[in-house]
Amino acid sequence: MALTKADMAERLFEEVGLNKREAKELVESFFEEIRAALEDGTSVKLSGFGNFDLRDKSERPGRNPKTGEEIPISARRVVTFRPGQKLKSRVEAYAGSSEQ
Amino acid sequence: MTKSELIELIAAKQQHLAYKDVELAVKTLLEHMSESLATGQRIEIRGFGSFSLHHRPPRIGRNPKTGEPVALPGKYVPHFKPGKQLRMRVNGEDATNS
Repeated sequence: MALTKADMAERLFEEVGLNKREAKELVESFFEEIRAALEDGTSVKLSGFGNFDLRDKSERPGRNPKTGEEIPISARRVVTFRPGQKLKSRVEAYAGSSEQ
Repeated sequence: MTKSELIELIAAKQQHLAYKDVELAVKTLLEHMSESLATGQRIEIRGFGSFSLHHRPPRIGRNPKTGEPVALPGKYVPHFKPGKQLRMRVNGEDATNS
């Protein structure tokens, strides 16, 4: 089972002592403020976790995989995530199972 | 935007919460997310995106100084896939119905 907003709100209720409604709003607000910053063109740097950066991609040739028809992929701005050193080393140690 | 700026923004919008509580909440959220990935559990946030692990197979690296081959074990790296709403908003598209 994947971690969801409901699981995060539950943790805030248990560990921070927010009531259920506050916890739910805080989780919502956390992701919304990150989205809003990125929408404004501002990258987000969360030390210990990682950075959300923006990249401007120019138009490039693409292909409809079904028909084989050539269609250009328009220029666009995309979000990339660069995990921080601390998160990388915590994850690296993971031995693996059938979860992923 | 840094973590402390994010905490300030949230605190300004959640006036009924003490700054200290918002600070602890944001740190708890990030720790919960890191802990989840560190135990191989993916994260799924609708409209934001999902975090999962990608496997990097073992490979033979080289000591750049001596050129000597070194066996590097396989490992996992965190991966983020932006969700539809985030993708659209960042690209200046109207995401009100998604």
